[in-house]
Amino acid sequence: MKKLLFINLIVLFSTFLIAQEITDESVEHSPENSKCFYCHGNPTYSFYNEILERNVTNRMNPYLIIDSALYYYQNHSSFECIDCHSYGFKTFPHDNELQMEAMPGCFDCHEGDDEVYNFAKIDQQFQESVHSTKHSQDFTCWMCHNPHTYKINARNNQNLLETIVYDNNICLSCHADINKYQLISSDKNPNIIEKHDWLPNQISHFAHVRCIECHTDTSNNILVAHKVQTKDKAVRKCVECHSQNSILMSSLYKFQAIEKRNKYGFFNASTLDDSYIIGANRNYYLNVLSGLIFGFVLLLIFIHAVLRIFIK
Amino acid sequence: MKNQVYLYPIWVRLWHLLNALLFLTLIVTGLSLQYSSNDYSLIRFDWAISIHDIAGIALCVAYIFYLFSNRFTSNGTYYQFHLTGMLVRVLKQLRYYSIGIFKNEDAPYPISIDRKFNPLQKISYVIVMYVFMPIIVITGTALFFPEILPTDLFGISGIHIVDLIHIVTGFALSIFMAVHIYFCTIGKTALANFKSMINGWH
Ligand code: HEC
Ligand code: HEC
Ligand code: HEC
Ligand code: HEC
Ligand code: HEC
Ligand code: HEC
Ligand code: HEC
Ligand code: HEM
Repeated sequence: MKKLLFINLIVLFSTFLIAQEITDESVEHSPENSKCFYCHGNPTYSFYNEILERNVTNRMNPYLIIDSALYYYQNHSSFECIDCHSYGFKTFPHDNELQMEAMPGCFDCHEGDDEVYNFAKIDQQFQESVHSTKHSQDFTCWMCHNPHTYKINARNNQNLLETIVYDNNICLSCHADINKYQLISSDKNPNIIEKHDWLPNQISHFAHVRCIECHTDTSNNILVAHKVQTKDKAVRKCVECHSQNSILMSSLYKFQAIEKRNKYGFFNASTLDDSYIIGANRNYYLNVLSGLIFGFVLLLIFIHAVLRIFIK
Repeated sequence: MKNQVYLYPIWVRLWHLLNALLFLTLIVTGLSLQYSSNDYSLIRFDWAISIHDIAGIALCVAYIFYLFSNRFTSNGTYYQFHLTGMLVRVLKQLRYYSIGIFKNEDAPYPISIDRKFNPLQKISYVIVMYVFMPIIVITGTALFFPEILPTDLFGISGIHIVDLIHIVTGFALSIFMAVHIYFCTIGKTALANFKSMINGWH
């Protein structure tokens, strides 16, 4: 219970952090969007009721509220709502037919966008993932990439701990929230904290590694692995991370790893700024030095012992 | 039991036995953690973590017991020292170990009921028990509750610095232990001191 509370706190805290950072006003705010935000940006909205012939204020369904600050901070911040949504939403009340409209997918716009992000490979990995194979129709890229808030982190956020929180919240948005989980499955949502009881220092681990470190099959061609595998394939052996050839170097620290490998003689030096991983962060010089000193002491003891035996 | 003095009361012997066993456990598991690897491991990582944690907590308890007992019994007086002339006494003892012992000279500071430790023993026991032990106990406790450590200390993670201190101190103590065990073989016979540490009489 305490841990659950803690995770909730992290989620809360992180949205707070993100909200604070948004000072970037460079994006031109579309006046068209303001009209949508007038209703979809607030807990209540007003409109002129033509039957009653007066202004009426109603509550907005919380699931339909979009945070405008986060919207103008994300990848697609230059978009107008009606770039993705039907033109018909400009009128209110919205036409009921619109609820049935098909939404565009990433590939309607990013087809062939493979130079930097390698969308094709990501799609292939996603198709093989447990989410997609079990629920191919319902589970779309939007499930993890919130259309109104998704912002790339792993690639360009200097603060690794923030990226970890961001990425883990993506998974926890379902795996710690039964309401979203049940969009996909009617099964009971497994309790993440209980299911990971075998992992000591859970709070520390979840703050320093991402879910995908253990649950995906990494690939050389893409920065963020997308092939989420079944639970029996998940990383369970501690030494996968706690060793000199830590898997974290090919996932979490991939981007930094290339730049500052083995700084100051520490193995896996790029992990040092944000974590200290037992077994992965040995220092080469300290290792050699300690070996030498110990050997020297043993040698002295040996000589002393031999002399004692022979001189006496 | 003539000519013998009762130097090691039962609590010292029990504490010391426990302390030595825990220390060996901690060294072995600690090394296994530090050099853990994907292909081979001395001890399985998660077991090593658990054993190291449990032995560490037990060592803390034993150490606190030792501190209290030394404070409230006469055994503590053997650890008191005067700085004046300290260096001369230690050097004299060192000279004995490196030269005198081979000429069959008598030990300069023989053990008696008033003097359990020679100057070299005294200074090393004091440094080990009152400087290194506190450091390793405190850093170990901090690593056991990593959430209390600052995430950023002079630009590096707090855990990293604390862990480095922990490992370096552990290394120093391992060296002490090797030398300590060897020096314990310097007695009337090679095993005399070990017998004393079992039955209490010297
Ligand atoms: C006067 C207030 C108001 C304005 C302005 C408004 N909406 Fe809505 N919108 C609502 C309400 C109320 C609902 C929920 C009831 C419904 O579905 O009609 C809704 C529902 C929606 C839905 C969800 C439909 C579904 O699947 O259930 C979308 C998408 C949407 N609006 C988009 C927009 C866009 C895009 C704009 C701007 C072009 C916009 N809305 C402007 C009030 C408004
Ligand atoms: C990049 C394309 C894109 C843009 C731009 C966009 N949306 Fe959406 N929106 C979507 C998609 C896709 C969904 C369906 C999400 C799903 O299926 O999970 C959606 C769903 C919604 C919903 C239904 C609630 C929900 O979260 O499912 C509302 C309301 C909404 N959008 C309003 C807006 C408003 C207002 C704007 C402009 C400020 C906007 N959208 C801009 C793609 C977009
Ligand atoms: C309606 C078209 C459209 C859809 C749908 C769409 N994108 Fe984009 N996306 C764009 C455009 C255009 C840009 C460039 C935006 C810019 O530079 O302002 C972009 C930029 C991006 C970027 C790079 C942002 C940066 O700062 O470099 C990423 C990552 C991205 N999209 C991912 C996705 C993902 C993942 C999906 C599906 C979940 C998706 N997009 C759906 C049109 C789209
Ligand atoms: C199970 C959740 C999940 C699903 C489903 C998913 N992604 Fe992702 N994706 C992530 C996470 C987590 C990241 C890392 C976000 C970050 O920190 O930038 C990511 C990052 C990305 C990036 C940026 C990678 C980079 O190099 O910076 C792209 C592009 C992307 N996803 C595209 C897609 C596309 C296309 C789909 C659908 C085929 C998809 N994703 C489905 C979780 C998901
Ligand atoms: C949209 C909600 C949603 C999101 C977001 C989501 N998941 Fe899932 N996940 C599910 C559902 C539903 C299942 C159950 C699939 C089934 O068995 O029917 C599942 C199954 C899994 C499983 C397989 C468990 C098993 O039984 O083998 C793993 C592992 C997993 N998710 C990890 C992740 C990770 C890691 C992320 C983030 C990158 C993530 N999920 C994001 C909904 C989600
Ligand atoms: C250190 C590696 C590791 C990390 C980090 C990790 N997991 Fe797991 N996870 C596992 C292993 C191993 C299992 C299999 C447990 C079992 O079978 O008892 C598992 C099981 C699961 C399951 C299946 C539960 C079930 O029994 O149906 C889900 C869902 C899941 N993890 C989601 C997550 C999410 C979400 C995160 C991030 C908050 C995460 N995991 C972080 C290793 C990890
Ligand atoms: C996915 C990679 C990964 C796996 C698998 C993993 N760990 Fe860790 N572990 C880490 C990282 C990263 C840290 C550093 C956390 C920090 O800096 O606070 C860590 C820290 C720790 C710590 C020290 C906690 C602290 O902060 O002082 C212990 C103890 C630990 N792990 C034990 C284990 C055990 C036991 C297992 C196997 C059951 C395991 N870990 C599996 C990545 C991993
Ligand atoms: C690092 C772990 C160890 C520490 C910190 C340590 C510390 C000490 C201390 C403080 C004393 C004096 C006790 C007193 O009378 O108040 C002592 C005595 C002794 N220890 Fe250890 N010890 C350690 C490990 C060992 C081991 C592993 C052995 C043997 C295998 C050993 C053998 C002895 C013997 C024989 C004595 C009695 C001789 C003497 O007083 O010098 N010790 N030790």
